[in-house]
Amino acid sequence: MIVDADVHAVIPSIETLFPYLTAPWIEYVEQSGFKGPVDTPYPKAPTSARPGSGTSLQHLREQALDPLKVDHAIVNCSYAVESIHNPDTDIALARAVNDWLVAEWLDKEPRLRASIIVPSKQPAAAAREIDRVAADRRFVQLYLPVRSYLPYGKRHFHPIFEAAVRHDLVVGLHFGGAPGNPPTSVGWPSYYLEEYAGMAQAFQSQLQSMVVEGLFDRFPALRVTCVEGGFAWLPPFLWRLDKEWKGLQREVPWTKRLPSEYVREHVRFTIQPADLPPDPARLGRLVEQVGGEEVLLFASDYPHVHDDPPVQLLTPKIMGSNAAAFYGRIG
Amino acid sequence: MTIALPEQASTQPVQTALIDCDIHNSLPSEATLDKYLPERWRQHREAFASRAYHGLYYPLASQHAARTDAWPPSGMIPGSDLGFLREQLLDRWGMQYGVLLPLLSAGKQLNLEWGAAIARAVNEWQLAEWLEPEPRLRASIVVPYEAPDLAVAEIERVAKLPGFVQVELESRTHEPLGRRKYWPMYHAAAERGLPMAMHFGAQGGWPITGVGSPSFYVEYHAGQLTAFQDQVISLVTEGVFEQIPDLKFVLIEGGFGWLPPLMWRLDRAYAKLKAEVPHLRRLPSEYIREHMWFTTQPVEEPHEPRDFQVMLDDLAMDDRIMFSTDYPHWDFDAPDAAIPTSVAPELRRKIMAENARALYRL
Repeated sequence: MIVDADVHAVIPSIETLFPYLTAPWIEYVEQSGFKGPVDTPYPKAPTSARPGSGTSLQHLREQALDPLKVDHAIVNCSYAVESIHNPDTDIALARAVNDWLVAEWLDKEPRLRASIIVPSKQPAAAAREIDRVAADRRFVQLYLPVRSYLPYGKRHFHPIFEAAVRHDLVVGLHFGGAPGNPPTSVGWPSYYLEEYAGMAQAFQSQLQSMVVEGLFDRFPALRVTCVEGGFAWLPPFLWRLDKEWKGLQREVPWTKRLPSEYVREHVRFTIQPADLPPDPARLGRLVEQVGGEEVLLFASDYPHVHDDPPVQLLTPKIMGSNAAAFYGRIG
Repeated sequence: MTIALPEQASTQPVQTALIDCDIHNSLPSEATLDKYLPERWRQHREAFASRAYHGLYYPLASQHAARTDAWPPSGMIPGSDLGFLREQLLDRWGMQYGVLLPLLSAGKQLNLEWGAAIARAVNEWQLAEWLEPEPRLRASIVVPYEAPDLAVAEIERVAKLPGFVQVELESRTHEPLGRRKYWPMYHAAAERGLPMAMHFGAQGGWPITGVGSPSFYVEYHAGQLTAFQDQVISLVTEGVFEQIPDLKFVLIEGGFGWLPPLMWRLDRAYAKLKAEVPHLRRLPSEYIREHMWFTTQPVEEPHEPRDFQVMLDDLAMDDRIMFSTDYPHWDFDAPDAAIPTSVAPELRRKIMAENARALYRL
């Protein structure tokens, strides 16, 4: 089985969502001239989309699904609904995106699976949205932007994870997000390059929070995929977190095991972009350091442009069986 | 000086010079500063005290984050009693030199002129009460780094004094350190041959992570490493080292295990996005390897011991790693446990003393 754990569907303009919004919301958008959360994490940069792609199912089929003979591909829609501070707009747009994903992508292409978009700043509302759409088993994952205004391990977010576990959904922590606070702990950087390279720190901060808050103790069935965040940073991050935990475990007594053990058991990583060491001979040790090929999931990140992954990462496990084992709704 | 460490504290005999690049000297009390403050600021301290970004509190692992045995018999607070610091650190371990980094809040003051007054007073206190009585010690110039014009004035003033070897920053600033606001400070340091030294800590007004404020001290403590990565990315991407080719940056108490993967992803991101940063002329990793130094504590502990060498090979910065203890803090690394025993003798010599000797011209 071949599973592409990250392909993208792009909403070309907010009007695309009008068929899935009620009349008052259409009026709200038209009167305000609001163009939707366009400050998504992808400027028109060379790391972003191939020209003219991402908005068409036909392109996705021709450029990603067919050439790779993909059995299933998980569609992620990076639409930063959490950037809108009006809570009702946040909810309405998340619903519209999910309904659009069903009608325009899932219903038209049987190979596709999708991630549920949620108003992530509002855990109770997010859980309601998950409950609303999760009966459709083509939704295999919950999309959480890795950038957030509070770390996801905090108790505030429990309703989201309860809902994910209730419906056997993986939580996909995805590159990007627009929560309003700066992307670094030291303020706003000047360049997109910084935000792009610095996204790894957001993944680190989220995993750290999830582990030390005891999220995996509380929800033993919880599974998290780090999507589009790389994985080469994982070994030194876990060395440090394990060391800190040994010194300070008494502060978080509900955690019973080394942080690295929780991560190995509960977390997977997609392989695009990989940010690999320049020396190809180093890759084998890196894969061992992250916990073996079992923790890696193939992803094309279509339509974003990346270097081709090295063949060592195209093993049967990484290409599909890891995902089939990890995603309760795939396989 | 060569020393033999006590048998019982050592897994193997260690014969090497030691230079400790991270020692924290503390004020016995806030009032200690009064002696070094002009009347206007003495009154200010009395009436308003320290006012920094607030509402970001993570109670420490221990009082003053100190080792429980670092409280001097004099009853003074850890790190404030030179006699006891000599006994417990410098003499105990036969240190040849030690570099002081007082963490005394000048940089994080919201009232910038008050920050400058603290910096001046702290530097005068270091000169009079630490450098003059103890020839093994060197000090860092404390500056109000969020007001670079005031910081430049302090660098100009103190660089002429004996014993100051670098300019101190803390890792959590209000803007990423590469931004041009900070450049005058870097010019002033580089012109005087002084490295900039960024130490773990402080508050810049933002949550400790880029995804908001976490709950626990363990996250605060481990999360500082995201600030280190953010700062390295900023310094490189903004072209600081193109602007100021003589600038040296020392990163203290942030580790370095995260650096190889950061260099890999920065180089790759640069290859894709170089059109955005035409002021850069080389790979990010080249700027890092040319301009940056790192200290050891808290030392990286790979799950498999052999990965320590893998990490050093990835880093390819054998001349840039410098031993540090972080005395008197709870996460102190003792000299005989600061790096694994597997590190080859020649490299051990460099890390334990020679890299610092070359950088600080000791």
